[in-house]
This record gives sequence, structure tokens and C-alpha cells, in this order.
Amino acid sequence: MINRWALIATIALLPAGIAVAEEGEVGIERAHTDINDIDSLQRGARDFMNYCSGCHSLTYVRYNRMAQDLKIPDAELTANLMFTSTKPFDGVNSAMPSDAAEWFGKQPPDLSLIARERGVDYIYSYLKGYYVDNTRPWGVNNIVLPGTAMPHILASLQGLQKPVYKKVSDPGGSDRMVLEKVEVLTPGSLSPQEYDVFARDIANFLDYAGEPIKAKRQALGVFVTLFLLVGFAFAYLLKKEYWKDVH
Amino acid sequence: MAAAPGSADSSKGFLGWIDQRFPLTALWRSQVSEYYAPKNFNFWYYFGSLALLVLVNQLVTGIFLTMNYKPASAEAFASVEYIMRDVNWGWLIRYMHSTGASAFFIVIYLHMFRALLYGSHRKPRELLWIFGCLLFLVLMAEGFMGYVLPWGNMSFWGAQVITSLFGSLPVIGGTLVDWIRGDFVIADATLNRFFALHVAALPLALIFLVAAHLMALHEVGSNNPDGIEIKKHKGPDGHPLDGIPFHPYYTVKDLVGVMGFLVIFCGVIFFAPTFGDLFLESANFTPANPLQTPPHIAPVWYFTPFYAMLRAVPSFAGTQVWGVLVMGASIVVLFFVPWLDRSPVNSIRYRGPIYKIMLAIFVVAFITLGVCGLKPPAGIYPMLAKIGTVLYFAFFLLMPWYTRFDSVKPVPERVTGHD
Repeated sequence: MINRWALIATIALLPAGIAVAEEGEVGIERAHTDINDIDSLQRGARDFMNYCSGCHSLTYVRYNRMAQDLKIPDAELTANLMFTSTKPFDGVNSAMPSDAAEWFGKQPPDLSLIARERGVDYIYSYLKGYYVDNTRPWGVNNIVLPGTAMPHILASLQGLQKPVYKKVSDPGGSDRMVLEKVEVLTPGSLSPQEYDVFARDIANFLDYAGEPIKAKRQALGVFVTLFLLVGFAFAYLLKKEYWKDVH
Repeated sequence: MAAAPGSADSSKGFLGWIDQRFPLTALWRSQVSEYYAPKNFNFWYYFGSLALLVLVNQLVTGIFLTMNYKPASAEAFASVEYIMRDVNWGWLIRYMHSTGASAFFIVIYLHMFRALLYGSHRKPRELLWIFGCLLFLVLMAEGFMGYVLPWGNMSFWGAQVITSLFGSLPVIGGTLVDWIRGDFVIADATLNRFFALHVAALPLALIFLVAAHLMALHEVGSNNPDGIEIKKHKGPDGHPLDGIPFHPYYTVKDLVGVMGFLVIFCGVIFFAPTFGDLFLESANFTPANPLQTPPHIAPVWYFTPFYAMLRAVPSFAGTQVWGVLVMGASIVVLFFVPWLDRSPVNSIRYRGPIYKIMLAIFVVAFITLGVCGLKPPAGIYPMLAKIGTVLYFAFFLLMPWYTRFDSVKPVPERVTGHD
């Protein structure tokens, strides 16, 4: 019986096996964020409000809901995290005028759902992925988003990086250079380790912003699952009892 | 509930009052407590009751979503985020609905597979099977329209691609597409009519068809893993010897199935609601943007086998219509299965090796097509999709021959035990 099921499972999963093993994208690093790490989320909120919220909105995130979820006292919130003249129940809206597209070539996007759209690894790698490129308007480019419209506003923290290329041979025989990674050119005010933490905190905070209920959802899920497993056991025993007289 | 329907004397009391005016006790008896089902149902027989459970889940959560959702192109996306963030337990209701949509198709696919295993589509259950095929068709329309409502970018472009399929039909194509969309592109008018169809017209059709499906089932009686007719052997009381009353035996047994299902269902809701980009896609967390085509447009996973068949057929004589026709035929052919199957026996237990091999090939082909439909048409996928399409149709169109010439084992007179 077990062998038969194993066979069925193998056959059924065969095509799925063909589909695995997609190649990782250049420059994408694992962020290793933790949605339950309140300290990290608080630092991420602070850093986001200080470095990002000037240009990027989080329209769907309300200040007071965020403060509640991240255990930030109200006084702290209004004094240190709210820089616009909005009310605590408002969403996080940047002061960027609507013609900002003329400055950057593109309106700075709302980041409420960026973590759901791109994932935390992307955000983390993007923040770490700037390198010097004199062909770009702001003198920088990004390894995970080539041609990015955003200047490297975190350069004072991270410092500058230079691109490292490697040679690949096409099947046709011609060689070309592709971007492999970035390396430190000039250090910033944070050490590489400190900057990793900085980028991770912001990625973590944006993960929270993308789905404020995420931590609570997972915590609740444990109890729901346990409850249902007990329910399953009782249902099974009930069935056995009723079916005693079926021969 | 002890005094309830089914008790010996129901002519008195409140129940008696009702029974003199409405056949409550009679209905309860004929449809539930004295509906005799074969005693040898196995694992595959859970999916009928589970489909009903998921339908109720979709109806109830859908009603609550409707209370806060705004079917307007300018507000739809934000209203879904409002549900996810500001409505009390809105996130749970939304995840129950989105996970329920995928669960519905998983359950239905397994339910249909069960029919192919044990010959549940065969005489006298052809109409039962046809109602089921109609249900599947309506469910696909329901799933497609529901997918458009969150008004994410993949909603928009998915709808754009699928509706434009009708444009490939000769002569009427262009007019038909405009008529479906209510505009020259997917727009506010489209969203409004899809909302109307998704929350009113199609659910009504589903409910009526489910009623017809169950009435047909209870008229002919359930099939079973041995594929034999339990009504042939009745006891002195007139009930099938191998039958047991649906209630309480199968109500308690289905309860086990329900709890097992809920463990998995809630596991997805609470720990993996996007299910690795399959149940909720990342490209749909950015609002619909007619100016920005996603790099790769793929339908939700439950349509991908059919989408792969659509793409597998090359254009011919200057038109793409062949792929559309093949995709349509892949559904239409299901309706004819009761007459394509010429085997002298019902259940796979007593069929020969050819049917088993063909069914296994069919399952592999179907899943392969599903994977191909998710992937961009590059590398080995176009070739796999072509092979999958041929095998999919081979299973059905060659059925009259291989089922007739396949060897069979002797079928027992009575069912062979139970779990």
C-alpha cells in the first residue's frame, strides 16, 4: 500500500521537479529579516522616517496603527517620527510634490506594498547594491535595479562601491563582460556590518508595512492549528465509535 | 436536537406542526438519515463534501468582502488594502476567500479524478457527471472574474489577455470582445460587470447546479470504489445490504475529512497565504497599470494547464483561433467522457493495465501542462506543452478503443470492505 502511494506521489511530482532550480538573480542576497524582532522594526521605522519618507509614501500605513504594532509610545511617535503636519490616524504620506517626476524622471513610488511585490531580499539587496556609474544622472547605478532613478541617498552611511565584472563566453564564441558584484570603494560612516543591519531593519520594516498583521497572523496560526488537530483527533474517535457496527 | 427529524413520532409538537405544512421530516429522511450510501467509500470520497464546504466558505467570506470592497477602477485596489488593514478581521476574511479559491480547484480536480478512477461518470450517472462539468465551467468563470476584482496589475493584464482570446474568433471576434469588456480595453465598465457576475449571477448558477448535481446523485445513488451497484442486493427491509445511512455514518466520517482539510487550509491561511506566489501573486500587489505590462503574464495556477494548451497550438492560416478552439475543446471533451468510456467495468480496480497506464499518463500530462502554463514559453516548456496537449487529448479521444480492448478482472457481487 505504501509503495503504491509512493509511486503515485513520484509520478505526480515528476513534472514539478522539472520546474525547480531557477537561477538566482545577480546581486540578490538573503535579508534574513524577522517580523517578530520589534527592536529591528522600531529601528527600521526610525530609519525609514528619517531617510526615506521625505520622498516615499506608505499611504496604506497609518501612523498610530504602526506605533501600536511596533510598541512606540504616542509621544515618541509625534515627536520623532512624524515630520509632516498630518494627524496620527493618517497614512504616511511624503511631502514630495506631484511634479517630482521632472526631477527624477519618475515619481518616487509608494512603498506600502513593495515588500509584497518584490520581497525583503530585493529591498535589502537594493539598499546594498549601489555602485559608481558616471553614465547615470546621479553618478550611481544599482546592481539589482539597473538604471534606477533614485540617487544614492545613503552614500554618507554606506560609502561608495565599485562594480566588479566578469567575462562570460556566449555559445556563439563571443565574450562579454557582465556585472558580477559590487565592492567597497570609499567607506561611509557605518561599517559594512552596521550598514547590513541598517538595510535589514528597513527591509524588515517594509515587510511589516506590506502586511501589518503578519506577525499576529503567524502567532494565531499556531493556536488555530493546535485546536484543529485536537478537533481532528476527536472527530476521528467519534467516527471510529459510530462505525463500530459497520461490518 | 434529539427530538429532531427522523424520530419515530413526528406528528406531534412543533415538528408535527411543520410536517403537516412542509415535508421536513420526509426530506431529512429521504436525503440524509435514510439515504443509503455504499459502506466502502475511501479517501477519494471526501472531496464531494469538501467542495460543498469550500463553496459555503466562498459564499460567506464573499458576502463580508462585498461589504467593504468597492467595484470601481479608481478605488478597488485601495479598498482591498483597506480590508487587509483597517477592517476588523478583514485580512482573515480575504485570505479565507483567496485561499478558498485555490482550495476549490484542488478539491474539484481531485473530485473529478475520483470519477475517472472508479467510473462515477458512467451509466446511470451521465447527467450527474454533466452537471459536474457545467459546475466546473461556471467555477472557472467565477474564478477568472474574481481574480480581476482586486485590480492589481496581473488582474488587469490577465483579463486583457483572456478577453482578447475571443477576438480571434472569425467575423464576430472584435465586436464580441468589446461587448464582453464594455469598453475598448479592460476598464471601469469591465470591473463593474465582472463584479456583478462574480457576486450575483455566477454564484446563483453554482448553487442551482449544485442542487441539480445532488438531486441527480440522490436519484441514482452514489457509486463506490468497486464500481458496483449496491441496489442489486437489498435486505428484507428494502435497504441495500452494502449501504449505510448517510447520517450518522458519513456525516461523522466527512467530519474527519473536514477537520483534516481545515488543518491544511488554515495552515495555508495563517502561514503561507500567498503559497509561494501561486495563490496570491506578487505582481498583483501593484495596482492595475495599462501602461506597464508585466514582464511575464500567466494566469492563476488553476488555469495554467488550459493556458498551456492554448499556447501550445501554433497559429495557422494567419489566425490564432486554433489555440482557442483547442482550449475550448479540452473542456468540451469532458462532457463526452461517459460515452467515450467503453469498458465493461466501472472501477479501476477491475480494469486492465492499459487504462491504468493511460490515466497515469493523463495525470502527468495535466500537471506538466500546469507547470508549462506558469512558465514563460522558452526553453523546454513549449515542447513539453505540445507533448502534454497531445497526451491530454489522447487520453480522451482514444478512450473508446483502449477501454474496449483492455483486459478486465472479474467484478465481485458485493463491495469489498471499508476503511
